[in-house]
Amino acid sequence: MEPLRPSDHIDADALAAEQREAAIDARAAADGADGGDARGASAPIAQPSLGPVGWLRFAWRQLTSMRTALVLLLLLAVAAIPGSLVPQRSADPNGVSQYRVDNPELFDVLDALQVFDTYTSVWFSAIYLLLFVSLIGCIIPRTLHHARALRSAPPKTPARLNRLVGYRATDAPGDVETALEAARAELRRRRYRVERYGDSLSAERGYLRETGNLIFHMALVGVLATIGFAGGFGYNGQKVIVQGETFVNQLGSYDSFNPGRFFDDALLDPYGVRLDDFEAEYGLDTTTGQVQPLDFTASMTVVENGREAQRTLKVNDPLTVGGTNLYLLGNGFAPEITVRDGDGDIVFSEAVPFLPQDANLTSIGVIKVPDGLEEQLGMIGFFYPSAIQLESRALSSVYPEPDQPVLTFNAFTGDLGLNDGVPRNAYALDTDGLTQIAGREAPADPLVIGLGQTAELPDGLGSVEFSGLQRFVSVDVHHDPTQTGVLISALLVLGGLVVSLFVPRRRLWVVATATDDGVRLEYAGLARGDDPGLEAAVADLADAHSQRLAPTLET
Amino acid sequence: MENLVAYSLVAVYSAMGVYTIAFVLFTIDLATRSAASTDAARVAPAQVAPASSLTAEAAAGSARGGTSTIERTTTARASGTPVDAPIGATRFQKVAVALAALGWLLHLAAVLTRGIAAERVPWANMFEFGLTATALGMGTFLGALLWKDIRYLGAYITGFSLLALGIVTTNFYVDVVPTPPPLQSGWLVIHVLVATLATGFFAIGAGLSIMQLLRSRAAASKAEGLRFVQTLPGASALESLAYRVNVVGFVFWTFTLIAGAIWAERAWGRYWGWDTKEVWTFIIWTLFAGYIHARATRGWRGDRSAWLAIIGFSAVIFNYTVVNLFFKGLHSYSGL
Ligand code: HEM
Repeated sequence: MEPLRPSDHIDADALAAEQREAAIDARAAADGADGGDARGASAPIAQPSLGPVGWLRFAWRQLTSMRTALVLLLLLAVAAIPGSLVPQRSADPNGVSQYRVDNPELFDVLDALQVFDTYTSVWFSAIYLLLFVSLIGCIIPRTLHHARALRSAPPKTPARLNRLVGYRATDAPGDVETALEAARAELRRRRYRVERYGDSLSAERGYLRETGNLIFHMALVGVLATIGFAGGFGYNGQKVIVQGETFVNQLGSYDSFNPGRFFDDALLDPYGVRLDDFEAEYGLDTTTGQVQPLDFTASMTVVENGREAQRTLKVNDPLTVGGTNLYLLGNGFAPEITVRDGDGDIVFSEAVPFLPQDANLTSIGVIKVPDGLEEQLGMIGFFYPSAIQLESRALSSVYPEPDQPVLTFNAFTGDLGLNDGVPRNAYALDTDGLTQIAGREAPADPLVIGLGQTAELPDGLGSVEFSGLQRFVSVDVHHDPTQTGVLISALLVLGGLVVSLFVPRRRLWVVATATDDGVRLEYAGLARGDDPGLEAAVADLADAHSQRLAPTLET
Repeated sequence: MENLVAYSLVAVYSAMGVYTIAFVLFTIDLATRSAASTDAARVAPAQVAPASSLTAEAAAGSARGGTSTIERTTTARASGTPVDAPIGATRFQKVAVALAALGWLLHLAAVLTRGIAAERVPWANMFEFGLTATALGMGTFLGALLWKDIRYLGAYITGFSLLALGIVTTNFYVDVVPTPPPLQSGWLVIHVLVATLATGFFAIGAGLSIMQLLRSRAAASKAEGLRFVQTLPGASALESLAYRVNVVGFVFWTFTLIAGAIWAERAWGRYWGWDTKEVWTFIIWTLFAGYIHARATRGWRGDRSAWLAIIGFSAVIFNYTVVNLFFKGLHSYSGL
């Protein structure tokens, strides 16, 4: 049985002819029905009218044709391009904001076209959904057909073998029966399915090719279906964890959180992780003088179901806990800052994460002290792990390890706006409406504080101590229930592909005719799909068969 | 170690010198073939005529379609008429192949010394990737010669490798530096190696597709044009060959895509995020899936599918050059 192919497949000639005939029959039947209709007017033969069902069937056949699949595939490739040219909201939201600032007019046009969300846009989705409808429409009939083919015998031997590939004819001693028996054994050994028709054998092998092709296409559907369905139950969030602190996997403890469509709080497994220690290893590139990170290791304590365990988290090595994976995304320093009021009472004491700005971890951080002082105090600080003073008197960090840690602060007083209910970014200070009391634009110089040192705030407001230094890590927490399904599907895609491309599907025929002094044997083959080895396979069979028939001649 | 890096560069430059001579000889060979082709055209039918009746029967059968056309080639060769190279290999071609092999040994030495000096796989930045990819491409070509006579691709492959090596050594060169943490993974070895292999196969596939287009054009126009084209195998034989090479590339590319996703999951916390490099890997994959369908679609076989293979390979080159250098993304490992 032929593997079922879309009507415009290169191998589908025979099938197409059959379908054409079937179509004519159907039309004749429809015309007949029309004839019995009250209106009675039969359509002109040249222009057969397709009823709604006919149109649907026509549209379906178009959608599931090879040409449509091909055009949709190429469209999908083209449609993916814009997303690589402009930043995407999902991957690079800051890039999108920047784009808006840089090209305000173009931004509006592109945004209306959903170019900043290319891969979830209406047009991109439409293309791949159509492609997958076409794919499913293609797979189902082919699977049914193939299931039948797997159980049926190879087709009848063609009348004239000499029009087929690798045809050859030889004469051999013996009779038809022994010759065919030997041929059958030889074909069986090559794992062909063999059927006898008269004085000929028809053999076929390589059903696996079609099986592989179907598995391949089904697994593609598997990938999409897994993402579409299981993806809804996933979530991911980000969290900065300072050394000594414990992060608990609860909605409220995340710095940012993205739930999937079907997310529900119950999906969060309430484990805790504490950052105990963080170690970074660096190397110096002697030619450029630049510092290169070599290795990052975070030592964590995981608390789950009341049990504690020591684990490590590294860049290429996520930590798996409670159905989530934790990834090490970034790291930096969190200087411990203690602020005292004029009387020396502590009003603020915290390790504050500073965000790294360069390879030597010069970092920026913000301190907000809303209570305890005469006025609210806000400070923008720079942290230099290995500080040196440049000629311009500005500070700079020369190494990302804390060899000479120094903090500098510009200090502001006024209303920090923490009480008006507008959410504020912990890493930014809005200085509008604040008064600078120390810094470049203030009467007093910026505060410069070494580790363990204290600096006085102007006007007896209080003091700031650099009382300790911790490290922090930023982690991404992922719960992605699609991973297993997608991985399995992807491996099936690969396996199906290899089988479908490299297992030859071929038919071989052997025809035996009795002659005066023996038997005349004819061999030929036919390939389904690309099969460069067919010729050799026919020759090989014929040779092996001759040897079987004339073993005595060999010596 | 410093020394090894220098030796590696010396080996690259030597390889380029040898490739240059090979390229010139391959080109001269094509030129002389065209001179000879006019004579060969007169001789060829006479050679075919005495072939056995089996050939004639097979040839009759082959009028039916693409698949059997290659069979004719094999049958014809089996019966003693080398259709693959109708006028035989010229002296130039033989020397050129030998030189290409010599150049490749030097090239391989450059790759190996670079790897030893860096104490890791020699494909962690654009220079190294270009160096290794061209070595694998040349290796694939030379290896393929053992399987099939595709020496007519020699000028294309040596020319291409030479150009690529010239660009990477002058524009992309970087010294050996330690690998950043995201690259310290077994997946670097496997993912990039297989991508490189895929690139080698696609390069040869595209070369064959270009020849196929030239051939079918020549057949259609009957004009003189590039006369060496007359000495190539027929367009449909070239197409089948290109297909076989490209599908191997496609399997490698599929693997690259999957391995890349697994690695991304480890390194960045998601297996797919439409990062620019991921997008282009996907585009290339889709283009070649289109190519495979085109070859199976009536009306798309022939020139159109050849164009798709060429566009697919151009996208591979684009992905390596423009996307690496000018597009923003997580894969910023050009080392520049
Ligand atoms: C997501 C979309 C699709 C992708 C990525 C895809 C990919 C592929 C690939 C890589 C192959 C070659 C490997 C093999 O033979 O198994 C192939 C073959 C094939 N595909 Fe698809 N395909 C898609 C959709 C479709 C659709 C919608 C149809 C039906 C109209 C289809 C019909 C076929 C057929 C018949 C073959 C065998 C070609 C031959 O005989 O050489 N595919 N496809």
